[in-house]
Amino acid sequence: MSQSAAPVLEARRISKRFPGVVALDGVSLALLPGEVHALVGENGAGKSTLIKVFTGVHRPDGGDLIYNGSPVAFGTPLDAQRAGISTIYQEVNLVPMMSVARNLMLGREPRGRLGVIDTARMYGEAERILAGYGVVTDVRRPLRTFGMGVQQMVALARAVAIDARVVIMDEPTSSLEPREVETLFSVIRRLRDDGIAVVYVSHRLDELYEVCDRVTVLRDGRVAHTGPLAELERLKLIALMLGRDLDEVRTGGLTRFSRDRRHARERDGAQPAVRAEGLTRRQVLRGVDVSVWPGEVVGLGGLLGAGRSETAKGIVGALPLDAGRVVVAGLPLRTGSTTAAIRAGVGLLPEDRKAEGIIPALSVRENIALAALPSLSRAGVVSDAKIDKVVEVFMRRLRIKAASPHQPVQELSGGNQQKVLLARWLAIRPKILLLDEPTRGIDVGAKAEVQALVDELAEEGLGVLLISSDLEELVEGADRILVLREGAVVGELSGDDVTEDTIMTSIAERGAESDG
Amino acid sequence: MAEAVAPPGRRVLAWAQEYGVYAAVGVLLLFNVLFTPHFLDVANFRTQLVQVAPIVIVSLGMALVIGTQGIDLSVGSVMSLAAALVALYLGYGAWPALLVALAGGAVAGTAGGALVAYVGVQPIVATLALLVGVRGLANVLVPQLVEFRNPDLIALGSSSLSGVPVIVVIAAVLTLLTAFLVRRTTFGRQVVAIGGNRAASELSGLPVRRVLLLVYVISGVLAALAGVLATARLQASDPTSLGLFIELSAITAVVVGGTPLSGGRIRVLSTVMGALLMQLLSATLIKHNLPQSWTQIVQAVIILAAVYATRERGTR
Repeated sequence: MSQSAAPVLEARRISKRFPGVVALDGVSLALLPGEVHALVGENGAGKSTLIKVFTGVHRPDGGDLIYNGSPVAFGTPLDAQRAGISTIYQEVNLVPMMSVARNLMLGREPRGRLGVIDTARMYGEAERILAGYGVVTDVRRPLRTFGMGVQQMVALARAVAIDARVVIMDEPTSSLEPREVETLFSVIRRLRDDGIAVVYVSHRLDELYEVCDRVTVLRDGRVAHTGPLAELERLKLIALMLGRDLDEVRTGGLTRFSRDRRHARERDGAQPAVRAEGLTRRQVLRGVDVSVWPGEVVGLGGLLGAGRSETAKGIVGALPLDAGRVVVAGLPLRTGSTTAAIRAGVGLLPEDRKAEGIIPALSVRENIALAALPSLSRAGVVSDAKIDKVVEVFMRRLRIKAASPHQPVQELSGGNQQKVLLARWLAIRPKILLLDEPTRGIDVGAKAEVQALVDELAEEGLGVLLISSDLEELVEGADRILVLREGAVVGELSGDDVTEDTIMTSIAERGAESDG
Repeated sequence: MAEAVAPPGRRVLAWAQEYGVYAAVGVLLLFNVLFTPHFLDVANFRTQLVQVAPIVIVSLGMALVIGTQGIDLSVGSVMSLAAALVALYLGYGAWPALLVALAGGAVAGTAGGALVAYVGVQPIVATLALLVGVRGLANVLVPQLVEFRNPDLIALGSSSLSGVPVIVVIAAVLTLLTAFLVRRTTFGRQVVAIGGNRAASELSGLPVRRVLLLVYVISGVLAALAGVLATARLQASDPTSLGLFIELSAITAVVVGGTPLSGGRIRVLSTVMGALLMQLLSATLIKHNLPQSWTQIVQAVIILAAVYATRERGTR
């Protein structure tokens, strides 16, 4: 790391306005060659906008962008990419239907005579490159048949392979397994040693401290802090992001789960809010039993691919099951029908907010009302008055920040989109909510609000099934934890047994047994 | 609020997207009032509206289908099937024949919708099969042009309600009904949501398949009605050529009206304006003695302009 070197990419007093918001207000940031620069801030702080200015997606309204010492104006993302600025977005930008090798080599395939693509060489080269990223696999298979982890590595390998001088990573680890994260970090360190500047955006503080050299904190479109990361205390960093007093953060703890989960749940003869028995689907679920009682938060632990999301989808009927049944408040549910599940009061907040959650072009209002439409209409005609009331109640209760209820939901920040989806489910007056990674990819503030809301809902008697890769969130949020491995429940923890250690031990122990 | 700080170019584009088709119709009307002799004659207006009415009716169904990211190529053939059925069943009276024709449209729509919603065939393929097959069926039923003298049916095609042709009244009423359906009913909102994000709609418990099926059924019934009305006006059933290429006119009307082919948005009144614009355009050029080929070229330009204006706004 050479602090004295001239910046490779520099933003000088960049401003960018959108209808109704100033996204960036005079932001300056100097990116040095050979550094990993953390870019943090709540949703809406301007991180995404700044990245998009760097990568030519947005043109700034004011200020200069200096690249390699001279001012530049990228007209398109391709211009930026050609100049050597590569991005790995949250949602991986690759071609799902094409093979891994094709994706990796797109636009620079090895050619044989007559300009025909030399497939044998392409596959060989792709395999060699990916092996360097810890991915050993059949590169002929279409990309979409792989998990997010592999897709991300392909995206990263592609970015590096096109001689990038700046690599921007937006939440790169949000869908990676711990082992993959390690690989990613070693790749990042290699990039740094090669003199490439890395911008690292993440909400996971552990990762920031592990891999980043410097940090820039954005808040409300301005730079709140810039400096070496190691000198910045964790709580101080959080305080900077939230714009709150340090003491406040200290006493509030890191997550907002406040309930004392040790108080025994009196089940006083009541029946579970939902009871799923023997959920089975070939290669995915092997007889999963889950019960959630009213007022209880049940966590699902396990690694990526253990069948957590599939369990949730199986319960609401979005995943066809080979066997198993679901009983909601004593009544058996028709399997394979999300309509029936919702009528019975089961809602699923999906893991992939963009692909399975929001209807991007529709307004906040319509997104909230979507699932509850039948109850918000009379004889098939929707009631504006009823919808307005519901929307107003939930926008206020969840503190959804939007210019108006009529703003298209795609213009909202990730955290607010997530709140809109939560509102959609609360509007059906659910008996049980299945939350799949409810705080993934949303900022610290929204995360705390969502966590507090889960608490509150459980207090009110709602059953919650919480899926999270964030162990801290599981431990503090759940009363009871079921650990899944390879599509089966391998352990149940409750009371004092619920700690990060016991969860990990449970995964590891059971894993050893089933391997043996 | 979007207008508050958006740069001027984008503002113009946004405006064109919303109201461009209305403005274009207005400009064309003004041009004709100034430069086309006898344009303001009532007879001329009637002719234009009567000619465009079947296209409008078909376009309404097409707009719904396109709103779900689908397409219905079978509408022209369904019109011809309706013409054939009317000719066959006219012996039972005009109204029974009309009902049979509409039922035929519903059956064709069910076939297309079931293929799309339940079998998972791509809309363009499913309805292409129907485009070919249904016209074939219509030709088998009625191999050549059949003239008829049923007074009720002829009246449907040529009578007027206080000066306005019945066909036009029907098209106008259906337009209002469709607009109501899209904006105010659960079904309409579900159609738009499914077009906007099918996976999310499924997880939100929407009856996705049923809604998709119904959309194609509606399109089929509307096409059948358009076929009956066109037949009534012709005073002859002509399954061989009735409704040929009307699917293209309908798609044009929808696109020019600003409904995106990517689904998730349905503009009913603008679709009607799109149909009117195309009608008015060809009438104008014909009246100024320009050959048909010029009309086609100008129409192509308008389609491109419309697509340009409605292209994704995501690049902000």
